[in-house]
Amino acid sequence: MTELKFKPKSRLREAIGEGFISLNAFAALIGILLIFVFIFKEAVPIFTDAEVQEEASVSKMIFKQQYYEGQKPKWSWQPNSDVPKYSLLPLFLGTIKAAVIAMLFAAPLAVGAAVFSSEFASKKMRETIKPAIEILAGIPSVVLGFFALILLATFLQNVFGWTFRLNAVNAGIALGLAVIPIIFTIAEDAMTAVPQSLRDAAMALGANSWQVSTMTVFPAALPGIAAGVVLGFGRAIGETMIVLMASGNAAIISVDPFVSIRTFSATIAAELGEVVFGSAHYNVLFFIGTLLFIFTFAVNLGGELILARLKVKIQGKMK
Amino acid sequence: MNQTVEKVTDQLNLGQARRGTGKLPRAMTFVAVAIIISMLLILAVNIGIGGFGVLSWEFLTSPPENGMEEGGIFPAIFGTVFLVLLMIIFVVPVGVLTAVYLSEFTQADSRPTRLIRIAVNNLAGVPSIVFGLFGLGFFVGFIGTGIDRLVTDGGRPIWGQPAIIWAALTLSLLTLPVVIVSTEEALRSIPKEMKDASYALGASRLQTITKIILPQAMPGILTGGILAISRGAGEVAPIMFTGAAYYLPYLPTKLNHQFMELGYHIYVMATQSPDIEKTKPILFGTVLVLLLLTFMLNFTAIYIRARIRTRRPNV
Repeated sequence: MTELKFKPKSRLREAIGEGFISLNAFAALIGILLIFVFIFKEAVPIFTDAEVQEEASVSKMIFKQQYYEGQKPKWSWQPNSDVPKYSLLPLFLGTIKAAVIAMLFAAPLAVGAAVFSSEFASKKMRETIKPAIEILAGIPSVVLGFFALILLATFLQNVFGWTFRLNAVNAGIALGLAVIPIIFTIAEDAMTAVPQSLRDAAMALGANSWQVSTMTVFPAALPGIAAGVVLGFGRAIGETMIVLMASGNAAIISVDPFVSIRTFSATIAAELGEVVFGSAHYNVLFFIGTLLFIFTFAVNLGGELILARLKVKIQGKMK
Repeated sequence: MNQTVEKVTDQLNLGQARRGTGKLPRAMTFVAVAIIISMLLILAVNIGIGGFGVLSWEFLTSPPENGMEEGGIFPAIFGTVFLVLLMIIFVVPVGVLTAVYLSEFTQADSRPTRLIRIAVNNLAGVPSIVFGLFGLGFFVGFIGTGIDRLVTDGGRPIWGQPAIIWAALTLSLLTLPVVIVSTEEALRSIPKEMKDASYALGASRLQTITKIILPQAMPGILTGGILAISRGAGEVAPIMFTGAAYYLPYLPTKLNHQFMELGYHIYVMATQSPDIEKTKPILFGTVLVLLLLTFMLNFTAIYIRARIRTRRPNV
């Protein structure tokens, strides 16, 4: 008999090895906790420090303020002016505008492409579409921002003649390009995960391929598609480089999609470099970061819950 | 099965009136695909045409000159490579061991597994600018300043300032989910029989992991590493406050040096240039270099992954 290949080793070594692996496994968990703690930590003075609250309390960030005597109260974001103004409303509006435009552009395209890929495309076509989407997903956001800033903005202005060359629509389209792969991948997965037995049953009952798609596959996969759209929205809210480069970065209160906007993420990116360490402005930027973190965390958790339920539902059906 | 048929019958009866052939929806959804792919092509072709003329050996190997209006991008390439190599050293071991833990140590529905999985998925969704804030607050402000307090007696900060090591650590947290997910996929594809055989021969769990499981999962780990590099090389928001510099006259050689980086270089040239028309050729060239780099990395990853899948069709 040949010698055993594995010699028993010391228990201590095993224990140390396994302990080390387990320790590593919690890196992600520790990481996400640290992120929250260390970003929130720098935002805390807004709630506790009277000197900071003088400039930027929560109510000053939300409600209209009278900054100069004799002027009407207004919302304004001007942290570097003589009278620093920290109203978050213009930034909130800008963020929502960019994300909504991105979703209006990306969601129909991505869901449409996912339906085509999973329901109509031949195997060969699918093998072209999916890598193409993966390539799109791999384009760095700074390149998409560059594309929107240099090429898309000029093109759009030449065609439509908008006053603001860099505006919410320009940023929204580029943002949409970043979001399309997320929605596509999740929606496509959800539709291909619908069990074949369901399709077969519908076919056997005389449904044509169109009816199979619209009446069995699509309803079954709808939560997954919705989850894709939700997660895409989360990404659109947090994406930084694209809006920083392509949106014009002017904090204007307006619902007009053709004026410049300034988003939460771009505000942090543009202002953190020059801010005085520990000033009210510094605290406010970390506060915005906390808001972004909490919002995207909630969106991701929600999207995941939908997907997990869908998985149980579809797999349950197969039994 | 009976239930399924009943349910489907119900649905069909309800929708009996809508009887389309599916030609129109097929065409409409195809248009969606066509629009996406043509936008991808427009982007690639424009950058290709704009940047191709600039690409040369000299462009890749010389430093920027005359306020970035002339010269090359060597320091940015050097900084990017240095940065992602450092990042890989941190992220691959941690990511791989996390995946090993998730697939070998615990049940899929146990509490630690679920917690870790939620953390990993959410980490992937945290906006990149939040990573930048975190890197500044934690690595530069807390760890770096903490080390300075121990080793220096006040004076100029050595570690408590933006540096390549902090940028790399920030990026490694950002790319951790990429490595974990990719390794997990590879681990799932290893036949259970191999593990059983290993245990039957008397190997311990640690021996099975190091001698059987990890070597088998190598292509998947490689894919994860490549995807992490591709992602890390393109991220700008996490490094702008943790170590990247507009312009440096020297190459970074120490862990506490600042560095130039391709993505950040693009951002700087595109938005801070006094005369954008003069910077444009170099700007396009830099974008093309970054794009080619990420394309090549992604293609390699897709190729390796496709090979793993065809080798083991049961995945």
